[in-house]
Amino acid sequence: MKKEKKENAVFQEVSSGMEKFNALRPGTNAAFSGLFILLAILCVLPVVFVIIISFSSQASINKVGYTFTPAEWSAEAYRYVWHLRDYHGFPTVLRSFLNSLIITVAGTVLGLVLITTMGYVISRKTFRLRKAYAVFIFIPMIFNGGLLATYVVNAQLLHLKNTFFAIILPLACSSFYIMVAATFFRMAIPDAIVESGKIDGAGQLRIFTQLVLPVSLPLMATVALFLTFGYWNDWYQASLYLESSRHDLFPLQYVLVNIEKNIQFLANSDMMTGGQSGELPTETMRMAIVVLTVVPIMFSYPFFQKYFVTGLTVGSVKE
Amino acid sequence: MNKVRKKWSRDDLQLFFLSLPTVLWYVLFCYLPLFGLIIAFKKYQVVPGKGFLYSLMHSEWSGLENFRFLFANNRETTVNMFVNTLGYNLVFIVLDIVLPVTLAIMISNLKSRPLAKTAQTAMFLPHFLSWVVVGYFVFAFLSTDHGLVNRLLTLMGAAPVKWYQEEASGYWPWILVSLHIWKTMGFSMVIYLAAMKGVDAALYEAAMIDGAGKWKQARYITLPMLRPVIVMMFILATGRIFNSDFGLFYRTTRNAGSLTGVYLTLDVYVYNSIFNNPRPVYGYISAAGALQSVLGCLTMLCANGIIRKIDRDNALF
Repeated sequence: MKKEKKENAVFQEVSSGMEKFNALRPGTNAAFSGLFILLAILCVLPVVFVIIISFSSQASINKVGYTFTPAEWSAEAYRYVWHLRDYHGFPTVLRSFLNSLIITVAGTVLGLVLITTMGYVISRKTFRLRKAYAVFIFIPMIFNGGLLATYVVNAQLLHLKNTFFAIILPLACSSFYIMVAATFFRMAIPDAIVESGKIDGAGQLRIFTQLVLPVSLPLMATVALFLTFGYWNDWYQASLYLESSRHDLFPLQYVLVNIEKNIQFLANSDMMTGGQSGELPTETMRMAIVVLTVVPIMFSYPFFQKYFVTGLTVGSVKE
Repeated sequence: MNKVRKKWSRDDLQLFFLSLPTVLWYVLFCYLPLFGLIIAFKKYQVVPGKGFLYSLMHSEWSGLENFRFLFANNRETTVNMFVNTLGYNLVFIVLDIVLPVTLAIMISNLKSRPLAKTAQTAMFLPHFLSWVVVGYFVFAFLSTDHGLVNRLLTLMGAAPVKWYQEEASGYWPWILVSLHIWKTMGFSMVIYLAAMKGVDAALYEAAMIDGAGKWKQARYITLPMLRPVIVMMFILATGRIFNSDFGLFYRTTRNAGSLTGVYLTLDVYVYNSIFNNPRPVYGYISAAGALQSVLGCLTMLCANGIIRKIDRDNALF
């Protein structure tokens, strides 16, 4: 026992000496550190910039433009955004926020079901259609019908226009994540678990939901994270399938697209509290809506990060 | 052969039902549109009062007429969009491998773990932002009246630039490439970092004992170990060489008419032809889409074939 400890200590000494030898030279390390500090700042800075702009007063912007050091701070943009009302007197931006939320939650749940079930099925080595399925999900990775055919099918054949389904359904599944899921299940779920379930008389559905899913948290978190942000960030599907007259269905991102040139459509004239729609601080309001869109993302993704590195790492090991 | 014909077990059946929703999804959202590609080979005309399928079935076949027309009718635009699509993608393919691999190796060697973690988290942020939002960021810097860049230019005594007008079109390729790197760098880095986690630590230890420094370790251990991932990313990227990140080209430029020559890629062309055209001709648009798919697939097969020749183990198929 004692000897072992001693050996350990010696080993540690050697390895720490090796670490020292193996480390970057101080000068190089400082240069690398500097570079990464710079890159990190570059990635976060624009968000900070937009937040600052959204809290500037319109007068300040007219005077000094968009700047990191506004002449005058003000929360008027947010007040105006809050007071934008639709015909029912409901805050327009809040409604879009809720639309985004509904689409995101519903889509993520649906996507998780579609991706994990298929991933699990493909990961079962004994399944008869395994090979056929592999081809079946691989083909769409290289071939797709292109925008026009997709649009025509969704709009004219499936009649998804002007519904949330037009955003939820097409984004729900992806061959890439099915493959990540299949690899994860293959690597992380021992066959013994599945076999033991079978011996106990459980069907595949029960095995999947009660034995496999509970131990697949990293994978689920990874897939859920990417689905969530995919839905939250979608403006493209919305721009394809939501007609410009259906403001009531717009998710936040698509509102941002629409107010790029003209913010007026958000304010249905007489419902504007204050009534002075001519003096809307339009520029700061735009940035305020950008901030409302970005902040939920900014504060949520670092919490997921610890899961998705595990999820991706296990799932991305090549067979 | 007889073995294949054996009866389905209960297990197979249950698994089949478990996969049924996803199969249905694939049929509706991948295979139906794929079938819709035949519009490209037809003289598609809407039959009044009838649905899409009926119209499609009753349209005349036109062979490759649509493709010929795509090139003959507006040659300048067609050349422009192919040059742009391929040009940007070639630059992206090179940069998307060189930069993230370099940075991943650098960040994994940083002495300070907290710094590495923080930098990685921060650099991942742009991946989670939409191009619409990024478009607003760009506008905050480049707006002609209030943008930060023009203000700095004026302060320095230089003339402000109308960034969303013709006069700035020389800058935009640089801006677009920088934006692409800015947005994708963090994510690609994580992919390579994940792959580096799989490298056996014993290899590095052995190298150290042999007196290899950091540079040699990166060159002779990390890079060769990353090779399969690099090759895979490369082949996948070649498959998308005729596609483009639509949001980057369409949203960050604010779809400015006078900059069209800079950002007109195949995807932008297709989108504009459908939605910003009073009388879209379905045949040509679909032909452009079909070309994207077929040419992309061919390029990928070529790339894979070349890789097979020089590095058999790492070819994708």
